[in-house]
Amino acid sequence: MNRFLIPLGIFIVLVVFLAIGLNRDPREVPSPLIGKSAPAFELPQLHNPALKFSPAEMQGKVWLLNVWASWCVSCRQEHPLLVELSEGKVVPIYGLDYKDQRADALKWLRDFGDPYTMSIADSDGRVGMDYGVYGVPETYVIDKAGVIRYKQIGPITREVLDSKILPMVKELQRL
Amino acid sequence: MIPELGHFALILALLVAIVQGVLPLIGAARNSTPWIALAKPAARAQFLLIATAFGCLTYAFINNDFSVVFVAEHSNSQLPLGYQIGAVWGGHEGSLLLWMLMLTGWGAAVSFFSRHLPATMTARVLAVLGLISVGLLLFILLTSNPFERILPGAAEGRDLNPMLQDPGLIFHPPMLYMGYVGFSVAFAFAIAALISGQLDAAWARWSRPWTLAAWVFLTLGIAMGSYWAYYVLGWGGWWFWDPVENASFIPWLVGTALLHSLAVTEKRGCFKNWTVLLAIAAFSLSLLGTFLVRSGVLTSVHAFATDPRRGIFILVLLAIVIGSSLILFALRAPKVGLGGAFGLISRESLLLMNNVLLVVAAGSVLLGTLYPLFIDAMGLGKLSVGPPYFNSVFVPIMAPLVFLMALGPIARWKNASIADMAKRLRVVFVVALIAAVAAPFALGPWSPLVALGLLLAFWLIASIVANVIDRARTTAGGLIGQPRSWYAMHTAHLGIAIFVIGVTLVKGYEVEKDVRMEPDDTVTVGAYTFRFVGVSERMGPNYRAQRGEVELSKDGKVLRMLNPEKRAFFSSAMPMTEAAIDTGFLRDVYVSLGEPIDERAWSVRVYYKPFVDWIWGGCLLMAIGGIVALSDRRYRLKQAAKANIAIEGARA
Repeated sequence: MNRFLIPLGIFIVLVVFLAIGLNRDPREVPSPLIGKSAPAFELPQLHNPALKFSPAEMQGKVWLLNVWASWCVSCRQEHPLLVELSEGKVVPIYGLDYKDQRADALKWLRDFGDPYTMSIADSDGRVGMDYGVYGVPETYVIDKAGVIRYKQIGPITREVLDSKILPMVKELQRL
Repeated sequence: MIPELGHFALILALLVAIVQGVLPLIGAARNSTPWIALAKPAARAQFLLIATAFGCLTYAFINNDFSVVFVAEHSNSQLPLGYQIGAVWGGHEGSLLLWMLMLTGWGAAVSFFSRHLPATMTARVLAVLGLISVGLLLFILLTSNPFERILPGAAEGRDLNPMLQDPGLIFHPPMLYMGYVGFSVAFAFAIAALISGQLDAAWARWSRPWTLAAWVFLTLGIAMGSYWAYYVLGWGGWWFWDPVENASFIPWLVGTALLHSLAVTEKRGCFKNWTVLLAIAAFSLSLLGTFLVRSGVLTSVHAFATDPRRGIFILVLLAIVIGSSLILFALRAPKVGLGGAFGLISRESLLLMNNVLLVVAAGSVLLGTLYPLFIDAMGLGKLSVGPPYFNSVFVPIMAPLVFLMALGPIARWKNASIADMAKRLRVVFVVALIAAVAAPFALGPWSPLVALGLLLAFWLIASIVANVIDRARTTAGGLIGQPRSWYAMHTAHLGIAIFVIGVTLVKGYEVEKDVRMEPDDTVTVGAYTFRFVGVSERMGPNYRAQRGEVELSKDGKVLRMLNPEKRAFFSSAMPMTEAAIDTGFLRDVYVSLGEPIDERAWSVRVYYKPFVDWIWGGCLLMAIGGIVALSDRRYRLKQAAKANIAIEGARA
């Protein structure tokens, strides 16, 4: 009709998106991988790149796979919780260092504490892609049979940890 | 009792805001003097009421009234007084109250400094501000009441987020809010002008000082926030492209465009529709920023507790305020004349390019900030957009902008000649080029990016110097005779150049070392040597600190002791880092404590950051430029001239 309506049009589109966005929790994403086997991979360990790690080694154990990166701001937010969790030795946490520089990652762990039983370097992000990583941080709960049971998008909060992750881990460990 | 008074003051303020928002608007339409006259006292009364409410909340904080939920959640009896006051805006409810304090403060200021404006114009401007107040007060009273009680009260407060326990909290948010809420005045002027159909040079002239003032506050507020992040986060960065940072930066970019566009509208009468749209956009983006930060649609390090009711409320508010102003724009804009014609190469067209680049930059930052939300809303998944996107998009837009900044001030209005400008800037360019190619050799390894950044900065500085020399030689009054606005422009532009130098050299030459240190270990960064003396324990008012002692020396001479700290607050599991910084004109030396590795050893991070303070120095210069522009006698003279015209008009 007239070009002066363009700003209004753009704004309406924006409002529609914001309205939809409001009804979604940016931290909750259904993952097609839940209930499926964790994708296999073999990647070098962060601290000792000569050694490799593969999820197959974890058969028979319940474990957490936490995807993080030193460039990730939100990872800092959840980090103290992970450190705290690791001190309790309830469940082993494996860190997948996603699209990161080795030196930066090592420094980050030195600075903020290292909660990981082992860190794995996914420098080109291929494995992250297999796992359907949308954005770091993400955390997967993987059961004894190597099946992904739960996926947390975004930083872990105390609430999520206490109400979802820990009960689930205990449940899975009993099986 | 006092909190109830505050609550009551808020309700009264809402009623006054309704009066202020409705009656003067009708009065201006019907030309009813008494209704028009209501606007000013209403604006002042509203400010007083909000200030009362704000004072009551502050009182509750100072007196540790933990029966007020908001106080119990954000304060603690051990919190030092300064932070108890700062904690008033350390959470959602209180920061909205601060927002309101700023909004009504600007309204009251308009009511005092508008004697030279036609009464109908003032009435409409204040009415628009009143309507915005109505929306926000409803929001506060219905969803975010800071005075809500819990009975019986809590015995002790939960404490302020340790991240916020820093002097930065006391100054940064008020400054920032002054800035982005300040754009409401330019917005109100734009809406008033659209309603009255009086979109002309006079409107632009009235809007300019208000826009400038808001822009100065916003500039300082953002710079302070950046400096705060630099020394408190302990990782040496100064800008993270976090959604909350972007929420303040986008209005800054648009506000900067608005400042320049207003100049064209005032001087040449063109770009009127564009200017009005920018004025609407600057404030709309401030509101959008508030929405993004307060509704929790985006995740950010500034994570706030979120409540879906609040999100929907702000969204509706946003839709009404922005939607109605854009409808008004669509109705009125087609009737606005085009203003003076100008050539392809002219100051107008250069300023237009400035505007386009700034708006594109703002748009791309906005896109990056909202992209995760768009993708999610369309069901395509979740993702996060990080600094790599912003850096790779933002820098290529800013580079031509800085390049053109040298041309704008020397170009003539209406029609400029390229040959003439090229002649004047030929030498400038050669000097800048040689200096930019040579300088990196003196500073460290030569890199094309450093040279490019320096070229832009030197080009800008040299053009300013050339312009100043030129003026001194060719005008009768010499440098003293130049208007303050001329100095203001060059100061602000110089600020940009200084900022660019700072960013370029920090990016290019910062040295960062992470080391494991035992007592008496040393580490050398550039010419500086750090000796780790040890770590001792120190008690703060509400935390226990591990205080490191690091001896800084240069060429064997001890300069000073640096004391970075790691603070464990009693109320929180998260330790806070307090970096120790030796600030210098040409470099910062920055030490922060990492984690203890064993009994004796710590991980220690040392940074050498050349020219980092130039980043904030540049921002400060921009703000000083803004202040000098505000003091330009033009604004005062115009007031006098206006009065004369009115008198002559009355005589005729």
